[in-house]
Amino acid sequence: MEILVILVPLALSLGGAGLVAFLWSLRSGQYDDLDGAAWRAIADDEPPQESAG
Amino acid sequence: MHVTRDLSHYVRTVGTSLQHIDLAVEGVHCAGCMAKIEGGLSAIPEVTLARVNLTDRRVVLEWKQGTLDPARFIDRLEELGYKAYPYETESAELSEVAQFRFLLRCLGVAAFAAMNVMMLSISVWSGNVSDMLPEQRDFFHWLSALIALPAAAYAGQPFFRSAWRALSAKTANMDVPISIGVIMALGLSVIETIHHVEDAYFDAAIMLLTFLLVGRVLDQNMRRRTRAVAGNLAALKAETAAKFVGPDEISQVPVAAIHSGDIVLLRPGERCAVDGTVIEGRSEIDQSQITGETLYVTAGQGTPVYAGSMNISGALRVRVSAASEATLLAEITRLLDNALQARSRYMRLADRASRLYAPMVHATAFLTILGWVIAGASWHDAIVTGVAVLIITCPCALGLAIPTVQTAASGVMFKFGVLLNSGDAIERLAEADHVIFDKTGTLTLPELEVTNATDIPAEIFELAGRLALSSNHPVAAAVAQAAGARSPIVGAAEMAGQGVCAHVDGVELRLGRPSFCGAEVLVGESASVDPEASIVVFSKGTETFILSVRQGLRPDAQAAVAALKARNIGVEILSGDREPAVRAAAHALGIAEWRAGVTPADKIARIEQLKRRGAKVLMIGDGINDAPSLAAAHVSMAPISAAQVSQSTADLVFLGRPLAPIVAAINFSRKALRLMRQNLWLAIGYNVLAVPIAISGKVTPLIAAGAMSGSSILVMLNSLRARSGSREIV
Repeated sequence: MEILVILVPLALSLGGAGLVAFLWSLRSGQYDDLDGAAWRAIADDEPPQESAG
Repeated sequence: MHVTRDLSHYVRTVGTSLQHIDLAVEGVHCAGCMAKIEGGLSAIPEVTLARVNLTDRRVVLEWKQGTLDPARFIDRLEELGYKAYPYETESAELSEVAQFRFLLRCLGVAAFAAMNVMMLSISVWSGNVSDMLPEQRDFFHWLSALIALPAAAYAGQPFFRSAWRALSAKTANMDVPISIGVIMALGLSVIETIHHVEDAYFDAAIMLLTFLLVGRVLDQNMRRRTRAVAGNLAALKAETAAKFVGPDEISQVPVAAIHSGDIVLLRPGERCAVDGTVIEGRSEIDQSQITGETLYVTAGQGTPVYAGSMNISGALRVRVSAASEATLLAEITRLLDNALQARSRYMRLADRASRLYAPMVHATAFLTILGWVIAGASWHDAIVTGVAVLIITCPCALGLAIPTVQTAASGVMFKFGVLLNSGDAIERLAEADHVIFDKTGTLTLPELEVTNATDIPAEIFELAGRLALSSNHPVAAAVAQAAGARSPIVGAAEMAGQGVCAHVDGVELRLGRPSFCGAEVLVGESASVDPEASIVVFSKGTETFILSVRQGLRPDAQAAVAALKARNIGVEILSGDREPAVRAAAHALGIAEWRAGVTPADKIARIEQLKRRGAKVLMIGDGINDAPSLAAAHVSMAPISAAQVSQSTADLVFLGRPLAPIVAAINFSRKALRLMRQNLWLAIGYNVLAVPIAISGKVTPLIAAGAMSGSSILVMLNSLRARSGSREIV
């Protein structure tokens, strides 16, 4: 059971990292436009008129 | 005369060298629009940021200070095919956004804690039936406490605060049993852990908070969205006025920047944005938005004009008066305030449920403790069982029952062109059993149309349309649009208040009043046929043609009224317009009950009368004169073309020309209310099953966790059914 000394802090720090990442994403406004973000992921990087030519 | 647009009211300075403006944009609905707008605006040199928000339909722009005129962005968007309006964030919206972020942060913390505590709890549950040492179990419990206690202290804030506010006001709301349940569960678990007992409820308490926060976040998200929609509507209508900044220099400024005593120019075809008195010029004005009357009023020096009236024929100079001087608007505002106060007394379904729920839960827990003590159990065991009752009855599913349905229903209504202005509109709309329509602009289209276009030879009609392009008069605009005219006739001259004339190939063309074209006699016969129509005459040399222009009924008005009747909903027209016009519309739509020449106060009186009879009235109107009755009715709707005050008062706003969204909204809200009730019954049914187990003292943490998540997921799945529904209106 000595493995707990490693596993418990590891689990907590992973969870904590997730929480920090969530709070950071919230602070940087990533939940402000959920509809737009869904489309941006699949949008072309080039403006459409240039890629068409 | 030199005209400039002054948007400086909306521009903010960010940092040291950047300027910032928010624009609300109409017609953005896909990724293509987003790329087009961002590409088109970024191409302007000196623009440092152009970002579209597709959820709120807005654009944020930043540029280097002093290099660009913000009006240029609006022009650029116009070229791209989008109408944009400068936008000022209201403080109400900012606080909704802040509250949403706070709840989301709480949810993040609670979810993190729930996952980690659950990981430890599952180890304990499986260890309890196998070979876990008591020391290991205690260690896991202390670890759980270490995570759960600070997390609950943070994530529970929304509930604790609201419960405290309710208790200080000597009332109880849903948050009181929640807060007591969470605090008792955590406190009991700490005591049990100190005494090395097998069961601790850290996981149940924190999971409860997580599920409830999901409901709160959904609810808040809907509030935020409706607030954003309301803000955009306000920006679309953001009234500007042409203010004189020099003897003959005018600047288009937002109404917020206009003060009493300023002089503004009101051009033909413009809607007046201020209250004031005419000091120069003669014209006809259309006050239908204020009084419902469709006949034009003659305005000259000294005539008072009110915000919302449309100037028809000549340019007017208006001296702005303080808003309180305008007796009509002041009267409407007073009626509006009274009606809004009355409406805030409506009790939401969730509040009604919680009013019953809280005392029942606490009584059950208290009786359980007493019962066990009388039956000979120790105080410790009795209290543990009582707390278990509190935990298991905590209204987890109850907290999700309504917001999840509202979120799903408002999403699907949005797709059908109905925007929600208030959170509980769905519940109230579902109860509506009597619809009162305003006529002008609601049953009829806000624009004018030519009713007898087919009686006139096509080439003549086209010529009339081209001639009409040279006039600003709304009737001329209707003729031009009906004829699909694009190229104006060169050299056409407009006689203010009379008509337009031009010469083509030596033939004189005239379009305007019958007297202007010398056709009074001819018109005398047809005017009696249609009392609502404005008659214009087009003459080509000696030939004359009569055009009848009127506000047409909305294309599907008849079908929508029939659909409402089929749903057993009473339909009635209350209009400020003249009797013949209202009678004609009522007759065409098959509406038996109608009243004409009704004042705003009369409309409210009628609504009150229906209320006393027990009817739940849905008021649909667009004019400023409808605003008080919109607020007085049980629930209200306004078309997107409505006056701003009506739109912000109405609970729902519908887009487009047809009335079908009204019927769709009623369908979806009825379905949503049914689902809300089902969800409440599901939550109650769960309690009926779980409470006896809790009272008998057999609830283990595993059962509590399973029951709680099971009922919550069931309720969420049931809510998703609000999205499905038929597209037919009949």
